[in-house]
Amino acid sequence: MSHFWLSSLPRLVMIIVLLVALSFVSPAFLSVQNLTNILRQASLLFLLASGLTVVILTAGIDLSIGSVLALSASVAANFIQQGWIWAGSLIGLAIGAACGLLNGLMVAVGLPPFIATYGMLWVAEGFAQVFMKGEIISGFPTGFRFLGAGYLAGVPVPILVMIVVLMVCIFALRRTNFGRYVYFFGANREAARLSGINTRGNLLLVYSLSGLISAFAGLVYISRIDAVESTIGEPLLLPAIAAVCIGGTSLFGGEGGIGGTMVGALIMTLVTNGMNLLNASPYWQPFVMGAIVVLSVAIDQFGSAKVETA
Amino acid sequence: MSETLRREWTRRVAMAPGAVYALILLSLVFALFTAQFLTLHNLTNVGMQGSVLVIVSLGMTLIILSEGIDLSIGPVLGLAGVVLALAVKQQVALPLAILAAIATGGTFGALNGVLISRLGLPPFVVTLGSFGMAQGLALVLTEGSSVPGLGPGVQYFNDGRILGFQVPIIMTAIAFLVVYVILYYTKFGTYVFALGGNQEALALAGVRTRLYKTGVYVLGGILAGVGALVMTARMNAAHPTVGVGLEFDAIASVILGGTSFERGKGWLGGTMIGALAVSVLRNGLNLIGLSTSWQVSMVGVVIILAIVVDSLRGI
Repeated sequence: MSHFWLSSLPRLVMIIVLLVALSFVSPAFLSVQNLTNILRQASLLFLLASGLTVVILTAGIDLSIGSVLALSASVAANFIQQGWIWAGSLIGLAIGAACGLLNGLMVAVGLPPFIATYGMLWVAEGFAQVFMKGEIISGFPTGFRFLGAGYLAGVPVPILVMIVVLMVCIFALRRTNFGRYVYFFGANREAARLSGINTRGNLLLVYSLSGLISAFAGLVYISRIDAVESTIGEPLLLPAIAAVCIGGTSLFGGEGGIGGTMVGALIMTLVTNGMNLLNASPYWQPFVMGAIVVLSVAIDQFGSAKVETA
Repeated sequence: MSETLRREWTRRVAMAPGAVYALILLSLVFALFTAQFLTLHNLTNVGMQGSVLVIVSLGMTLIILSEGIDLSIGPVLGLAGVVLALAVKQQVALPLAILAAIATGGTFGALNGVLISRLGLPPFVVTLGSFGMAQGLALVLTEGSSVPGLGPGVQYFNDGRILGFQVPIIMTAIAFLVVYVILYYTKFGTYVFALGGNQEALALAGVRTRLYKTGVYVLGGILAGVGALVMTARMNAAHPTVGVGLEFDAIASVILGGTSFERGKGWLGGTMIGALAVSVLRNGLNLIGLSTSWQVSMVGVVIILAIVVDSLRGI
């Protein structure tokens, strides 16, 4: 426990520094409305990053999350707009899971995860474009808008969704065999296989879950913004990876957890929110996100190098 | 004797990289289904359009041989094109502007290389980070819009002819020869192959592995700068996001060409054939009349299939 607090201390300090700095920058920052807004934005990023965290814990990566989100949301939106809320949502989720399953199959066959999922990124993006033909679908039924824009007991639904997913992930990773396999697998793949764990089956499950959660994040997202186009996923990949890295999950697998990703998602959202409050050009965002990814991985590596030599 | 010869040829045919089959198959299909494919005009077009891909893929081959990857090549090419165009617009002398573009590529290569080799970070995450940085810089510098109308000096690198050959094709040939010599006839090249084998052993043998590893990414970046020149000349404009996705085509060309992610196995000529196969695929889909959106997904599907088949063959 003390180790957990020690390792997450720099991140908590980072959040506090960001909060203090942003409240100085703009008096609007500390309003209940803006803070709720931040949590709501963080929920999308967290959802996307939660599946990614599990993949990265197995020493893998899923670069396709953004475009899988776009593809499944595009297809689902077409049905949902016709009033088929449940059927559309289920089809969207199924597409996400299917993309994830394909990723898992390729990885299980022995392709490096980054190349398999990078290929999926372009396939899914291409199909999303084919499906949308460059158009925008907007105006969903109110029943569907509840998921992204509704309130339950005064709390925005996406924030509740975020809390539920966080709890489920913590439970799955800490209290189930599946969770133990994920860590074991990431720490030492060969040992996991030799001790009789069904590594292939678990890999398929991990990547399918990532696809499924991406699709779910897509539903929450389009329900909030009440529109969808084929390019909505592209800007989400870097922030999601950054959230996982800042959250302290090691890209080499076996180390980290979902709680850190929650903190990482908050930090990334605060950074984006701060850039908006500062009126920074949106064109700076890819640069900042890229720099944060590189810096957080580099700092993490420095840290672990010190531990090793000490 | 004829028996051994026959076996040797059977082995060669079985071991030939997927690119060879892909190129033959795709060419046959498109030649059958479209009348325009097998015309000199169209084939020259394939060569012209493929030149940027070949140039960039040459660098990617060395990077993958050293067990690395560079996802940032596309956006870095876009940024280098933007630097070139802005410099030309500022009345900078053309050779200096070209140098600036190539230096931009080299700088990003050096940044990637140092982070990967000094800190031991996974190549895909470092280059994904610089993907964002390069794209962001290109967008900030141009405020998201194109920089058109660069004049005859730049356009020469698309329209010009040397000894009857188009300049892009000449440049591609020169780039291939240079990288070929570097890879097969220098100490650097030998170490690139060795880096893909056992880096620990190589380092213990006293080879400055970090230096060579960084060098591989710098070379990749420089070639992206050269590719940017050809690309910008073809469009007579620079666009900040023009390169996005090119890295996927390049990685696909390299893998189709028979270079593997492990054990330093690879063949530069294979990359050339791989890049041609990808270019033929795009060109043919265009001729058939498929929209760019369909092309993105079809190219993705074909390439993934090829990679999976290749890895199942256990090459």
